[in-house]
Amino acid sequence: MTSLRIFFIGGLMAYRGLINWLSPWIFIPTLVVAPIFQILLFVFIGRSAGVESDKFFVIGNAVQYASIPCLFSMTNAISGERYQQTLAYLLVSPAGRLSLFLGRAVPVVVNAMFVAAFSLVVTSLILGISIPPTTWPAIALAIAVSAFACTGLGLICAAIGLRVRETAVLNNVLFGLLLIFTGANVAVTELPEWMQWISNRIPLTHGIQAARQLADGASLADVSGLIATEFAIGIVYTVVGYQAIRLMERESRKRASVQVA
Amino acid sequence: MRTARLIWAGWKFHVKSLTLSGFFILTSVIQPIIFASVAYFMFKAGARPGTLLYVALGAGMMGIWSSTLFGSGGAIQWQRWQGTLEYCIAAPPPFLLVIVPLTLATATIGLYSLSATLLWGWLFFDVPLNVAHPVAFVVALPATVIGLGLLGLVLASSFILYRNANALSNLLEYPVWLATGLLVSLSLLPVWVGPISWVLAPTWGVNALRESAIAGNAWPEIGMCLLLGAVYLVIGYFLLEHFERLARERATLSLT
Repeated sequence: MTSLRIFFIGGLMAYRGLINWLSPWIFIPTLVVAPIFQILLFVFIGRSAGVESDKFFVIGNAVQYASIPCLFSMTNAISGERYQQTLAYLLVSPAGRLSLFLGRAVPVVVNAMFVAAFSLVVTSLILGISIPPTTWPAIALAIAVSAFACTGLGLICAAIGLRVRETAVLNNVLFGLLLIFTGANVAVTELPEWMQWISNRIPLTHGIQAARQLADGASLADVSGLIATEFAIGIVYTVVGYQAIRLMERESRKRASVQVA
Repeated sequence: MRTARLIWAGWKFHVKSLTLSGFFILTSVIQPIIFASVAYFMFKAGARPGTLLYVALGAGMMGIWSSTLFGSGGAIQWQRWQGTLEYCIAAPPPFLLVIVPLTLATATIGLYSLSATLLWGWLFFDVPLNVAHPVAFVVALPATVIGLGLLGLVLASSFILYRNANALSNLLEYPVWLATGLLVSLSLLPVWVGPISWVLAPTWGVNALRESAIAGNAWPEIGMCLLLGAVYLVIGYFLLEHFERLARERATLSLT
């Protein structure tokens, strides 16, 4: 019961306390308006280059932009404790680590789903793209699984954030790499082979492919393999991220560097 | 002479200082390379390789805009956080002459991005680096930096009224990339975007670089960059005066 309380209530409280993006003055420009313009930019570059359809870029970039809350919020939700000088109190508490750290991921996933879904709906309306209403629930599932998988990557960043200072730089670099490798703007098959190898092993790639196929009329059963792969990738990244956080915790205790920011 | 020396010394100091910032190096080098790579792949997939130099210059200009936007947009706020704003305002030279070197430096840092995207494109995407009019290109570079740096002055002096300047910077990054035709031909955008693009220095800066590199007459664009720079300087002067007067009246100079 205590673990569940720490997981849900503790996770939500930490998220509200550590993520200053929740202020509308930051949330709206960064997570509502910016993704819409990112999508429009790539739609027009696509038109300029004469490659792919508007729908291709709208879906790819909407799902890919979920990585902003996944990476930045997840990193802040854990390594932000270090900057607030509260990490030592957290680590000295008897709370179960699994519920303590993973509970913070739940609001991140929900926020990422909102960002992706909202930008997808708005840009579809702006550009007059028709996506059959019957496919929306399945697309929402693809978005949710993608957000979960990317939050796993965010957990790894959070672990690194317990050790390094420039997490904003790290997250920005990862965001850019996801822009290339996930196939959000360039079909994975158009990339060199070594890049395709990476693409198939990172979050979002399979989720984006699934969402695109669903928007083109495929059924959930048709894309179940893609969604399952995305979910499996998410599990792997979450486990690695969690273990990395535990490792950093042990190391920081050994070196007495818990609060050193 | 004193003014020139002040601007030169301030510019040099801020360029060195910004070069040590991981965030600025990311903004001005890695991010434009990433966007350039995406654009190279897209244009190659679209079988229009003749446009790759056009893309490289546009992606480089994206980096110049980003470093100006984030650097200048937060310039006064940073001085506040570091506790140096009072000293800057209390110093004998006009505050304008203290801030202009900083905003020019943020635009200058963007030249890293232009170099990075051109080099990246040449190394990995076979982008030809033949400049048709080298003299015009060499003149276009500082003209573009001056135009954007002075636009940075307007950003610095207006963003200060908004507490979350970084969020405002996030808001303006993509729209300006789009509206100034850095990677997209303006003819593809709605007609109403045209007048917006005309009052933004990046539009003329990227056109000046492209005209001089790809063959064409870059001088009208270079002139427009400098003319817009003069207009931004006047606007920035009045905005800074307004900010300084309000901050003194309300005793809010050092309040973050």
